[in-house]
Amino acid sequence: MDFRLSPEDEAWRQEVRSWLRQNLPPDWEDRIPEEQGWEFARDFARKLAQKGWVVPHWPKEYGGLGLDLWKQLIYREEMAYHRAPLGYVAMGTDWAGPTIIVYGTEEQKREHLPRIARAEVMWCQGFSEPNAGSDLANLQTRAVRDGDEYVVNGQKIWTSGAHRADWMILLARTDPEAPKHKGISYFLLDMKSPGITIRPLIDMMGNHAFNQVFFENVRVPAKNLLGEENRGWYMATTTLNFERSSIGGVAASLALLEELVRFVQDAPPELAYLCRQPRVRNRLADMAVEVQVGRMLSYNVVSIQAQGRVPTYEASIAKLYNTELGLRLARTGISILGLYGQLKPRSKWVRLRGRFERQYLWMTGMVVGGGTSEIQRNLIAIRGLGLPRG
Amino acid sequence: MDLGLDEQQEMLRNFARDFLEKECPEQLVREMEEDEKGYSPELWRKMAEQGWMGLIIPEEYGGAGMRITDLVVLLEEFGRFLVPGPFIPTVVLGAYPIMLAGTAQQREQLLPRIASGELIMTMALTEPSAKWDADGVELEARKEGNEYVLNGTKLFVQDAHVTDFMVVVARTGRGATPEEGISLFLVDSRSPGIKFELLRTIASDKQCEVTFENVRVPAGNLLGEEGKGWPIVHKTKLLAAVAACAYLVGLSQQDFDITLNYAKERVQFGRPIGSFQAIQHKLADAVIDVDGARFITYKAAWSLQENEPDAELMVSMAKAWCSEASRRVVAHGQQIHGGIGFTKDYKIQLYFRRQKWMELMWGDADYHRELVAEKLQI
Ligand SMILES: Cc1cc2nc3c(=O)[nH]c(=O)nc-3n(C[C@H](O)[C@H](O)[C@H](O)COP(=O)(O)OP(=O)(O)OC[C@H]3O[C@@H](n4cnc5c(N)ncnc54)[C@H](O)[C@@H]3O)c2cc1C
Ligand SMILES: Cc1cc2nc3c(=O)[nH]c(=O)nc-3n(C[C@H](O)[C@H](O)[C@H](O)COP(=O)(O)OP(=O)(O)OC[C@H]3O[C@@H](n4cnc5c(N)ncnc54)[C@H](O)[C@@H]3O)c2cc1C
Repeated sequence: MDFRLSPEDEAWRQEVRSWLRQNLPPDWEDRIPEEQGWEFARDFARKLAQKGWVVPHWPKEYGGLGLDLWKQLIYREEMAYHRAPLGYVAMGTDWAGPTIIVYGTEEQKREHLPRIARAEVMWCQGFSEPNAGSDLANLQTRAVRDGDEYVVNGQKIWTSGAHRADWMILLARTDPEAPKHKGISYFLLDMKSPGITIRPLIDMMGNHAFNQVFFENVRVPAKNLLGEENRGWYMATTTLNFERSSIGGVAASLALLEELVRFVQDAPPELAYLCRQPRVRNRLADMAVEVQVGRMLSYNVVSIQAQGRVPTYEASIAKLYNTELGLRLARTGISILGLYGQLKPRSKWVRLRGRFERQYLWMTGMVVGGGTSEIQRNLIAIRGLGLPRG
Repeated sequence: MDLGLDEQQEMLRNFARDFLEKECPEQLVREMEEDEKGYSPELWRKMAEQGWMGLIIPEEYGGAGMRITDLVVLLEEFGRFLVPGPFIPTVVLGAYPIMLAGTAQQREQLLPRIASGELIMTMALTEPSAKWDADGVELEARKEGNEYVLNGTKLFVQDAHVTDFMVVVARTGRGATPEEGISLFLVDSRSPGIKFELLRTIASDKQCEVTFENVRVPAGNLLGEEGKGWPIVHKTKLLAAVAACAYLVGLSQQDFDITLNYAKERVQFGRPIGSFQAIQHKLADAVIDVDGARFITYKAAWSLQENEPDAELMVSMAKAWCSEASRRVVAHGQQIHGGIGFTKDYKIQLYFRRQKWMELMWGDADYHRELVAEKLQI
């Protein structure tokens, strides 16, 4: 039991923090219209790349700094706390890259990893389909081998960033006769391939973040199959096991809570009445406790990994708890702001930059994406606690 | 950083678990509910032989010189086995304030005897106002020559009736704040003028009303300086809150484990009830509560041990969380057991009733959230 970070870890935290303070204006979200957020995120990622900080946790040979687990955690914590826009690189650094590191051929590694590390490419994730959400193994998009190529037909949905992405990690069925989990393969798909149609889906925040993606006889070179044919399900579920501490979520909650506390402390005159209510004290204290617990649950995942063990249900706990916490925090913020809580960013009377209106909508998506809260509870119960399947 | 136990703690835990499994069976826990003393002198002696009463007492006073996080590991097992008796009162409420504020003579006289299991102690703090804060301390101590004379009533004093000495929190004066003018006394529990009356509580633990009528205490038994006793109480309360959290962690874990097993074995509608999602999701939520309680407790204990600047904040966060999380866990435990959970013969109710006790001790969630708010300057 030792909760102290080593001096080197502390120094690393300071280094990341001071770099962020210099390179990321705290109010960038106010200055950059949402439509231009993507370009801002890309430019930010390229700045990170100059420092070797896009994938600091990767081995040096793949363009990383080879940071240990705790330094990774600190990095993620600081990035999220400072609201750094990592949307441009996240799918490459957290999903495509790690899977390629484990399953890729030398050629695939050489082709993709340095470009991810340099923030030259954006990746998207083509997993979900209209009839394969929680039940991902039910996916129907087909890939049929034809000589040196696979021919892909079908549809993906909720594909975040597909309209910007250069590459996609794609799950498609290669053996329709096999049991569901045993006929899926994992592909690296160039988004410029002919036959791909992207239709925007506007989310309830009003943003074009995700899409429907249609494949019509899209040809994928066989060298872009990742790992073995029909083993894609198992690779995808390992992908799901990389860095699952969900520390980013709780660090973002901490930053938001601190903003809320500062706001209540120096409430503007017209809101002083609301902010002085005793229930406000109680709720903010409650949130502070819950954030601290969330941090511990995330640290626990890393602590287990640092001991050389593999976290099982602990990662699901962290995801479930920290996303639900983010949603509770959003509700708390809105309720403290009263009628002001409903105002969107840049509206005339807005308080706290409309952060809580955004957070409330955003977190409602986050308790669904990446495995819903119910699915996490199922995983905890069945894989973690060994309860019988229903 | 490492959230787990180190090797020595691991050994302590394993040893304590084996020991208590054998020496503190459910039967004993039940007997002690009915027993007037509320503890087994035989078990007390055996625990003393393991060096547990002296766990955090320095080696020079016959203790093991271990640390707060080690004590937490042990108390987690106490919670798991619902160990009855005055262990926390003796070690945390008795020995600890003496370690903090005792004169050389007081330490030499008392600490080795506590470590050896000879002395049982407690702290008499709360009164009929049921406040944990200094403004709840009204019991009067008047100086007369070389003695102090104590008059007043203490309430909810744990295990006072079986103690040899009590640390009595009394008022010797009044100042600008309620904290001023509070003094601590090491009072021989058999002094004339002291009366004990057992309270009937939800956990069937042994809490007392203690009345003091012209109780004479030698001036040499003042613990710390006259009028400046509150900081000692304050520090003791912090450790007591951590101890309560550790106990709740163990209690919740065991309640959860029993419930999980029950859910795997109990068959209704032709299958184990643990296969129903309504049950699975309760158990998933419960395991989060248990894990969260454990790590925030470890964090608080470590912060206190290391004198971290945010130690008090962490302690209040831990007690606020553990008080409510453990309540959710044992509530699920009852519900998942259905009718059998409501019976006296079945064990789960033992945990349910004790959870409420420890939830209230040393401040419930509302109390500690208020402290959190204060510390965060909200
Ligand atoms: C903001 C956002 C971004 C996303 N980005 C991507 C992306 O980039 N790429 C991608 O592939 N996907 C993406 N997704 C899709 C996401 O992975 C799915 O939405 C998610 O897996 C849930 O699937 P579904 O929407 O089909 O809901 P369903 O699976 O239909 O679930 C509906 C409801 O039923 C519940 N449910 C389902 N099965 C069970 C069960 N067995 N037990 C109990 N309850 C159950 C669910 O919990 C949920 O409440 C994104 C989603 C969101 C919200
Ligand atoms: C105070 C009290 C008085 C009582 N008096 C009487 C009486 O006078 N006469 C009489 O006949 N009975 C009486 N009962 C019994 C009572 O009706 C049963 O306890 C109750 O029906 C639950 O059954 P069980 O105890 O066998 O629990 P179980 O059925 O074993 O249930 C255990 C747990 O599993 C859950 N569970 C079971 N099936 C499902 C499912 N399909 N989906 C989701 N969850 C499920 C339950 O909700 C519960 O949480 C009494 C019970 C109590 C507590």
